[in-house]
Amino acid sequence: MVDVLVTLAAIIAGVAFLLALVRFLLGPTRLDRVVAFDVLTVIAITFIVLAALIEGRGIYLDVALVYALLSFLGVIAVARYLEGRD
Amino acid sequence: MGLILDMIGGLLLVSGASFLLFGGLGLVRMPDIFNRIQAGAKTTTLGTLLTLAGAACLQPAWGLKLLLIGVFLIFTNPVSAQVLANAAHRRGTQKTPLTKVDHLAEDRGDKS
Amino acid sequence: MDKGKSSKWRDTAILFATLMLFWLMLEGKLEADILIVGTVVSLVIALLYRDGLSFFTEFRFTPAGIIAGFRYYGYFFKELFKSNFALAAIVLRPSLPIAPGIVKVRTKLKSRMGRLMLANSITLTPGTLTVEMEGEWLYIHCVTVASADIEAATAEIVSGFESYLEVMYG
Repeated sequence: MVDVLVTLAAIIAGVAFLLALVRFLLGPTRLDRVVAFDVLTVIAITFIVLAALIEGRGIYLDVALVYALLSFLGVIAVARYLEGRD
Repeated sequence: MGLILDMIGGLLLVSGASFLLFGGLGLVRMPDIFNRIQAGAKTTTLGTLLTLAGAACLQPAWGLKLLLIGVFLIFTNPVSAQVLANAAHRRGTQKTPLTKVDHLAEDRGDKS
Repeated sequence: MDKGKSSKWRDTAILFATLMLFWLMLEGKLEADILIVGTVVSLVIALLYRDGLSFFTEFRFTPAGIIAGFRYYGYFFKELFKSNFALAAIVLRPSLPIAPGIVKVRTKLKSRMGRLMLANSITLTPGTLTVEMEGEWLYIHCVTVASADIEAATAEIVSGFESYLEVMYG
């Protein structure tokens, strides 16, 4: 029963990921893509946690934490870079 | 007892994922970048927090690490949203025609 | 901002304690080698980044401050839920009922950390997003602008969190 719920959560999160991907592809500005990328990474963190649950491996959580850290720094850096233009 | 906790955990996972879905929908439907950032920042924060809480119910031994990820997200998500919004405004990104007021542009003396 | 020497050491000690806490949460066990590595690394970082901000910088460790902290988080999570349901209601409606705008509000908070927390809280609460901070002025993007008047917008957006943060940070 719980397995069904975990799978359902993964499917719903997957649809959310696809919607964010649509925004990433549509743009229209580069910052829109960065916003979409930010959402994509947070959804990816959810995926990693779900994967940890399904596989029963706690080590994946460290991956999620480091991924959260790096994507945050990445988004800040890109936003700062784009700010300086025109 | 364990079964009840498992059920609660599973339901938290599904509700968290549902908020992510609303966020994705908002990201696609909202007319300009500021509204998109709003949709993204709020829903991903709550959605991920609920997912983490659900995971903590299913695997209580992971509680501390999940809490750490949650605390981290509560602090970083709004910061990246603000930095993106600030960058968008400085670049003069097009706002939706529905926009009523913009005190920031007035104070900066923008033409648009 | 002019800071006394003792408050600077206090900030360093608080940053050290925060880093150590995070390290121990990450490791999840208390062993000699973990404690030693954690102490050394936290100490080095705390000394290098003593001018930086961390969650407990400028926090008032008084009973009132700590109680306000707990109540702040209670209020924060309530608002976070409200903002998500409000947003879901908007994006699920085919007509997409929004009337966005950027309004200017003023805060009474003086401390850097208090203002930062206020800006973060506003971003996660119903229909508002901090775009820019300049001293005591905050520029807030709203999905639905209720009032473009500074005083009215301040009362609506800022005052809820401000009352707790004022006790916590000043």
